[in-house]
Amino acid sequence: MSILINKDTKIITQGITGKTGQFHTEKCIEYANGKNCFVAGVNPKKAGEKIFDVPIYASVKEAAAETGATVSVIYVPPAGAADAIWEACEADLDLAICITEGIPVRDMLVVRNKMKAKVAAGGKETLLLGPNCPGLITPDEVKIGIMPGHIHRKGRIGVVSRSGTLTYEAVAQLTEIGLGQSSAVGIGGDPINGLKHIDVMRMFNDDPDTDAVIMIGEIGGPDEAEAAQWCKANMKKPIVGFIAGVTAPAGKRMGHAGALISGGADTADAKLAIMEECGFKVTRNPSEMGKLLKAML
Amino acid sequence: MKIHEYQAKEVLRKFGVVTPRGIHCTSVEGAVKAAEELGGNFWVVKAQIHAGGRGKGGGVKLAKSLDDVRKYAGEILGMQLITHQTGPEGQKVRNLLIEEGADIQHEYYVAALTDRATQKVAMMASSEGGMDIEEVAHNTPEKIIKVFVDPAVGLTDEQATELAKGIGMPANSMAQAVDTLKKLYTCYMETDASLAEINPLIHESNGTVKALDAKFNFDSNALYRHPEIVAYRDLDEEDADEIEASKFDLAYISLDGNIGCLVNGAGLAMATMDTIKLFGAEPANFLDVGGGATTEKVTEAFKIMLKNPKVKGILVNIFGGIMRCDTIAEGVVAAAKEVNLSVPLVVRMKGTNEELGKKILAESGLPIIAADTMADAATKIVAAVK
Repeated sequence: MSILINKDTKIITQGITGKTGQFHTEKCIEYANGKNCFVAGVNPKKAGEKIFDVPIYASVKEAAAETGATVSVIYVPPAGAADAIWEACEADLDLAICITEGIPVRDMLVVRNKMKAKVAAGGKETLLLGPNCPGLITPDEVKIGIMPGHIHRKGRIGVVSRSGTLTYEAVAQLTEIGLGQSSAVGIGGDPINGLKHIDVMRMFNDDPDTDAVIMIGEIGGPDEAEAAQWCKANMKKPIVGFIAGVTAPAGKRMGHAGALISGGADTADAKLAIMEECGFKVTRNPSEMGKLLKAML
Repeated sequence: MKIHEYQAKEVLRKFGVVTPRGIHCTSVEGAVKAAEELGGNFWVVKAQIHAGGRGKGGGVKLAKSLDDVRKYAGEILGMQLITHQTGPEGQKVRNLLIEEGADIQHEYYVAALTDRATQKVAMMASSEGGMDIEEVAHNTPEKIIKVFVDPAVGLTDEQATELAKGIGMPANSMAQAVDTLKKLYTCYMETDASLAEINPLIHESNGTVKALDAKFNFDSNALYRHPEIVAYRDLDEEDADEIEASKFDLAYISLDGNIGCLVNGAGLAMATMDTIKLFGAEPANFLDVGGGATTEKVTEAFKIMLKNPKVKGILVNIFGGIMRCDTIAEGVVAAAKEVNLSVPLVVRMKGTNEELGKKILAESGLPIIAADTMADAATKIVAAVK
């Protein structure tokens, strides 16, 4: 098993005809069972056409109805990306994965509150991964997003991170020492997002095919601390933790919109301390994440 | 993106918030003329820089005559104003705001910002205005009250009243205070601000509520739909190297150490900086070249890092995912040649076509030191600069 996606997942690509969408859709189709998983694209102006043999539909709703897809991946440019997320929700999908970087925070605030209101009113919940994330992968089954497929290997370690390249770093370290991954999840670097560390940790805890987890965070926001507190009470599996940004100055946005120290509690040191107190094996040396995890098994 | 106080007040006035009358100027003569135009018998001469704590640093003076205005404007214009937010070198004052004096009965704090945990807009207020809100939060957290606003609903009358009452606004100022809070919220949303702060908000003896100082920060992702905000940008207040870097789509922040680093991805870039520190040195910058580390971008990144005279060595750390290591290696070699690199360079490459990339670096004829892991790279660059 794995979390969120597997070889039988059927996926719609929103923004399939754009440059980024095309490039990554082709790579995803080439990876493992991708050819059978990526079943539809969406572009109202190109409905009825095909790209990489994938049929294009006018809307997510229509694509889902025609193909039975339950997941979408979004490469739509920033100005329209929040609307694309909402379209996936209105189509009652299980999961929307938004790769797009640079979405205005207000747009995300509005769509997140709409999504919560829909669930509160008894509507179906669509999970959101991202935005500004690399996506997620279940090695040897399916890859949804922009991560390099070949560094992964099938196995029993979960990886969750806000940063794309740090996820790849952890995955590559694991693969190099012979440890495969059950799923690797990039939750994205934006301040207002969907799934958080705590949600993904909960899924890894429940997944019988995940034995241990590497959880990677960075400066800014309360998410890692919340996840750590939850893990202290509930997590049954060993965790290695790393937080990037010990050297980041306060008040400066370090690339990611969400990587901004804005109080005393969201520095790297503060988060590392909480994680350690909650039973994580934390490291300040990101080159050691894989080795440390192996020692815990 | 940050703006000046006089601009922040312009924005607030557009949304109906009352502020003292004031005039922006850039010369001593302009300051005196502004005071004459405003009339009255006392004025505030305020330095305009993109940093807080201006009063404590000597950048805000109360003038009781036009001669005072002339004297203070002369002292403040051109000074290096040092506050707890500027760093030890301070910030040069190029702009002034001359304002009519206010009849301050009490100073409050109000602000709007995005709350990550609840994914709502937090409206904050405190009876302890006029001082650093972080100090209030630290020493007397009970004196800060908050309400959380769903953007689909907006700030309700009940919420605004709860805030105004909570900070002890007097009865004859209540209606205007509630109205001001609602206008601040509207302004925050409609301008795509990431912070809108009025500190202090005051009430005068006749009950009038006024924004005496204001600070805004805007979401850079949303600037494309706010040309009126972009027009407020003051490049003099920003780091010249950071501006140059942004032209090439590089995220760059200068720091105090001596090892330049060039990395793809914000998280990996921070992790690289942290590793440099862990192995005994300090990073000179944060630099994320993003997904497409092309020769042009790498060359510009080298140029920007090398402008910093403190840089004694460079560490390149690239995870070649979609971008292949051989392409990146070619870019690094071309860039190093173009800038005549004279400081030690350690390159760590990982991922697609790693071996081919390493071969290109080795055969370049340049004294590039190859490394396998981040820790290895940090060890080698720290040794090379010692």
